[in-house]
Amino acid sequence: MKANGKNTDYSDRAKAERRLGWILAGPAFVIMLAVTLYPILQAFFDSLYAFRLTAPDEREFVLFQNYVTILSDPVWWRDLAVTVLITLVTVAVELVLGFALALVMHRALKAVRGWLRTAILVPYGIITVVSAYAWFYAFDISSGYVNSWFDWVPGIDPDLNWFAQASTALPVIMASEIWKTTPFISLLLLAGLAQVPDELTEAAKVDGATWWEQMRKVIIPNMKAAIMVAVLFRALDAFRIFDNVFIMTGGQYGTEVLSLLAYRTSITRLELGLGSAVSVLLFACVLLISFIAIKVFKVDLSGSTGGKR
Amino acid sequence: MGLASVLLTGCGPGDSGTPTLTWYINPDAGGQAEIAQRCTEEANGEYAIETSLLPNDAAAQREQLARRLAAGDDSLDIMSIDPPFVPELATFLAPVPEDVATSTTENTLEGALAGATYEDELVTVPFWANTQILWYRKSVAEAAGLDMSQPVTWDQLIEVASTQELDLGVQGSQAESMTVWINSLVESAGGTILENPEAPADEIELGIESEAGREAARIIGTIGDQGLGGPGLATSTENTSLTLFQGETGSFMVNYPFVWPATQGAVEDGTLDQSVLDDIGWALYPRVAEGQETAPPLGGINLGVGAASDAPDLAYQAIECIVQPENQTEYFLTNGNPPSNSEAYEDPQIEELFPMAETIRESLELAAPRPQTRFYNEISSGLQQTWTPPEQVEPETTPEQSADFITAVLRGERLL
Repeated sequence: MKANGKNTDYSDRAKAERRLGWILAGPAFVIMLAVTLYPILQAFFDSLYAFRLTAPDEREFVLFQNYVTILSDPVWWRDLAVTVLITLVTVAVELVLGFALALVMHRALKAVRGWLRTAILVPYGIITVVSAYAWFYAFDISSGYVNSWFDWVPGIDPDLNWFAQASTALPVIMASEIWKTTPFISLLLLAGLAQVPDELTEAAKVDGATWWEQMRKVIIPNMKAAIMVAVLFRALDAFRIFDNVFIMTGGQYGTEVLSLLAYRTSITRLELGLGSAVSVLLFACVLLISFIAIKVFKVDLSGSTGGKR
Repeated sequence: MGLASVLLTGCGPGDSGTPTLTWYINPDAGGQAEIAQRCTEEANGEYAIETSLLPNDAAAQREQLARRLAAGDDSLDIMSIDPPFVPELATFLAPVPEDVATSTTENTLEGALAGATYEDELVTVPFWANTQILWYRKSVAEAAGLDMSQPVTWDQLIEVASTQELDLGVQGSQAESMTVWINSLVESAGGTILENPEAPADEIELGIESEAGREAARIIGTIGDQGLGGPGLATSTENTSLTLFQGETGSFMVNYPFVWPATQGAVEDGTLDQSVLDDIGWALYPRVAEGQETAPPLGGINLGVGAASDAPDLAYQAIECIVQPENQTEYFLTNGNPPSNSEAYEDPQIEELFPMAETIRESLELAAPRPQTRFYNEISSGLQQTWTPPEQVEPETTPEQSADFITAVLRGERLL
């Protein structure tokens, strides 16, 4: 809520607008606090206990012992590494692919543009669990077709059990994630592309800039806000990946991610204290990513909507 | 039918003031809903049973039951519970009345009874019992010169599979099936995974770091290392090993009795040749060492009553009806789930539909339950993580590693 100066700088009209803004957004803000802040605080409170759901009488206050246990455990660091790897690879690939698709959609002939957008959006419309199963069954050694159709590709043979080691399972998980969410990024980037004023590209063309120069010097700098928002959204999403891993490997053989660890500790083991601590740490990671994006990479979420005028 | 019963959940008086009991059932071919209806009719207005469906796999069933029980959900009148989860849920169950305990366990098979008991007390009522037997291709056994009327050992199976270049049907996935396999091997070798099942978490002593544990690791490791479980071993479940067994490289398989109706169904559907079905034989679960009795895996379903139920007495009355031998027989015939009551095997139809019924019954007498402890989930997950993939299991290191890991997890020093 920091203004560009003191409150007195605002005209009466601006003040009235601000008030109206609060009145309109206030109820939603309160509800958001109730449904997000309360569970977060409850999770933090629970994380200070050794508490097993099936042994409610043995609940014991242990202060930060759960955090010590988690942070000194190789499982946490392995899962964190897997999560970060998935995030980095998928976001990078999606950004490149998504940009290419956005360009295609942007430049496409009017007659096919609608069809093209629909076609590109299809994977995003599929429920993640369903797409995860589709990818699982395609690569599964007993029911899948990938091994038999692509056995001419070096490294693929009928006896390759994709989900039996991380080195082959993770690429499949990442590929399914990329397949599923590239349309999302390309839509955000398409919106960014549409915001680049035509005059600028025209002027660059007149000045004799090549396609690549137009891209580098005019288009990409002008859609930086859209790119950074797309990256931030996808990075947060990818960091919380769950469905794909849960369906395809269940986290076995070194493919476990942090949200699956939180799930297994709280839901499967019913260790609510330890599980809450994992969730709180996961939440801290997500906060950290947002912080880095907003402060270091200067993602402006109010962006080009005119909020800073 | 399943959907209708899910929609009809909820406790409370029916139209005529009849108390309604909710029975949380594991998915089946409709047999439990059928029994619920029959018992409702028999009750003559004293109570009505409605069924509510639990998730598909056993671990997810346990999660839901544990959450609901811990929350004091009073709709948990009757629950279908997998035996290894009984101790963990026992504190939330209404005690079994003595007369019910006596009447429902009169002819219960040894293994099934062990799975329903915790701390020497019957805490659930056995409903049906499951066990793995050894399925084999008659042609393979014949070619190898094995006399299948005599007990066979794992080493013999390994020998045949490796000389004839065939695959063994075992479950090597990082899942509950791995614990089932390890437990049977350790028990068959005369050991036990858990020395003191009733101890608190930090005092639990594991028996896996022993000669029996090393024998189990040797067998699993050899099958994994020599690739005898097929290329999909590391992710193989009961269904995958069945597919492997039905294929060209099938030889022997350890698996549950569902294999039989499933194979017959495949032949009827035309997806499998009749000759495969004709070639299938069965025997008791393989032994670890010659001269030492086998200890086959035990599964099945027991019935429990939630402590928060509004009508535990009626629920137990309903259970007495549900587990009657006739119902168990019928359930076996229609759904393929073997009875826990020895009397229920006497129906001549059983022999006709399940020619291996006698082997199943015998197997259930010998079956050894998995560790009966409140910390079963930790022990099982710990085993699964350290004993997979099978090709990396080593008799010298794996039992020790898993014992150290599980102990640390139980003491709260490690994540699982």
